[in-house]
Amino acid sequence: MSRLDVFADAAVVAKRNLIKIKRVPDLLVFTTLSPIMFVLLFAYVFGGAIDPAGGGGGYREFLIAGIFAQTVVFGATITGAGIADDVQKGIVDRFRSLPMSPSAVLAGRTLSDVVNNVIVLVVMGLTGLLVGWRIRTSFFEALWGFILLLVFAYAISWVMAWVGLIVPSPEVVNNASFVIIFPLTFVANTFVPLDTLPGPLKAFAEWNPVSAVTQAARNLFGNTDPNPLAPHPTAWPLVHPELYTLIWAAAVLIIFVPLANAQYRRSTSR
Amino acid sequence: MMETPAIQARGLVKKYGSVVALDGVDLTVPTGTVLGLLGPNGAGKTTIVRILTTLLRPDEGTAEVAGIDVLAHPGEVRRSLGLSGQYAAVDEYLTGFENLDMIGRLYHLGRKASRERARELLAQFNLEDAGNRPAKTYSGGMRRRLDLAGALVAAPPVLFLDEPTTGLDPRSRTEMWAVLQGLVSGGTTLLLTTQYLEEADLLADEIVVIDHGKIIAQGTADQLKSQVGGERLEVTVTDPATLEAASRLLTPLGVGAPVLAEHQRNLLMPVSGGVSVLREALRLLDDQGIGADDAGLRRPTLDDVFLTLTGHAAEVDDDDPAEAQHQTEEVKA
Ligand SMILES: Nc1ncnc2c1ncn2[C@@H]1O[C@H](COP(=O)(O)OP(=O)(O)OP(=O)(O)O)[C@@H](O)[C@H]1O
Ligand SMILES: [Mg+2]
Repeated sequence: MSRLDVFADAAVVAKRNLIKIKRVPDLLVFTTLSPIMFVLLFAYVFGGAIDPAGGGGGYREFLIAGIFAQTVVFGATITGAGIADDVQKGIVDRFRSLPMSPSAVLAGRTLSDVVNNVIVLVVMGLTGLLVGWRIRTSFFEALWGFILLLVFAYAISWVMAWVGLIVPSPEVVNNASFVIIFPLTFVANTFVPLDTLPGPLKAFAEWNPVSAVTQAARNLFGNTDPNPLAPHPTAWPLVHPELYTLIWAAAVLIIFVPLANAQYRRSTSR
Repeated sequence: MMETPAIQARGLVKKYGSVVALDGVDLTVPTGTVLGLLGPNGAGKTTIVRILTTLLRPDEGTAEVAGIDVLAHPGEVRRSLGLSGQYAAVDEYLTGFENLDMIGRLYHLGRKASRERARELLAQFNLEDAGNRPAKTYSGGMRRRLDLAGALVAAPPVLFLDEPTTGLDPRSRTEMWAVLQGLVSGGTTLLLTTQYLEEADLLADEIVVIDHGKIIAQGTADQLKSQVGGERLEVTVTDPATLEAASRLLTPLGVGAPVLAEHQRNLLMPVSGGVSVLREALRLLDDQGIGADDAGLRRPTLDDVFLTLTGHAAEVDDDDPAEAQHQTEEVKA
């Protein structure tokens, strides 16, 4: 088996997962409709209700990066549920009996989720532009913002891949993802300014990597200054959000790529 | 000089907590032959297949497939084997063609060869028309066939099929047997587990019967049959109430105790002496005015082997084509 097999095999697996997005209505909705809905919902329901700065644009702009972050992080659930489903249906057994690279199944799965997240971000970005969100920096800064979102979501995908391999059924993944991802994305600066949070929650939110990636995207889209909702943060992670995001992503990958791959080799159907 | 067997396992032990799934199993399957693995539910058949196909590590024991150590070099072994598990592992959202093409790519056959092979197998398994539909729309039997086709993509020298014909209709089953016989005559080594004793009888050169994770009998179909003895007398009485009386009456004719199947009004007893025993039995029943719907001499089938060895019948959950083939010399009463 050559070293390159892992890439070729991962591409075959990723292609298979992407075909599934087309054919599974749930996934298609997850990928296209719900991002649109999220943006519209937050922009008009919350963006309209909470409007301290006067002029909806401010809060909407503030929200968009948070919605992006939340949606791509939640997208990791697809990884977990997909893997758990494959284990349950015996597809993983089939893969494990083939002379393919053993790392390729998870690599392909997480890779197809990046593609999925790219689609999600494009759909959300376009919807955002329609409701008044603007990028106030350069193209490359914005692109870097998107890449950071994708990198962070990619790392979380590996966590969920591991979760998908240790749970007894795909349904449990959704529950697990709510338990893990819901607090992470809500106890953060995604939808509210950190100053509104009470002490302990504020400290958690300041060190929450989801806050950092949101802050990074907000900065890179130019959606902070002169937005009164986003005063200059003082906590270290939010002063250096890009670095903090990358450190987290790296740490998560270093831990969970080997962990998930080891679990994959051990996993069996039922 | 002996050729290395295609499959060799020694002292396989696998425990799940307190459940001993395998309790020291040795297997040898010479290249180009068929081993039929029989055993009741929970005997350990699937566990053996999973260990030999690298999906499961045994707690103890060693195994070689195609001369390669399964535990030490699982990656290399996988190149030489094809597996179709007990439950069809097809991807529902891919079409039949996409399923097979994907497997071909993962065997590293290359793009073109993978596609050609996928088309070839779809034709061979009568799935051509359905080849471009998602497998979600397939019937159970079609999925089963697609899964088997998946095991054959790389034309592997050693094939493991776990209950390959469960859920197939009689026609598909017969066709499957023909496909498998073709492969074996081409030199493929086959290990199959089955609940259909007729299947083992037809396909297997050697049969291994396991129960509770242990081998309890081993040999050719004929050897196993002669192991459980010669012919048996089978009588079906008209009135179930007379079954006991018939049994008492006929017991002296047997060389072993009769087995009664109450709800079938049926009595089965090992005998020796051929037709004269049958004649005598009919006379005795006649004298006592016990009506019989059916009476005959039967040579043992593998079902009898199974019943005798494991103390219970093979559990078959749908129509058994073997039914039609009981070797009976029947005399209508
Ligand atoms: N993952 C598992 N966890 C716990 N016990 C298991 C597991 N897999 C198998 N077993 C047990 O091991 C024993 C052998 O199971 P196996 O699946 O090999 O039987 P089998 O002969 O294939 O049966 P069947 O004819 O029903 O397919 C059974 O008692 C089963 O309950
Ligand atoms: Mg089984």
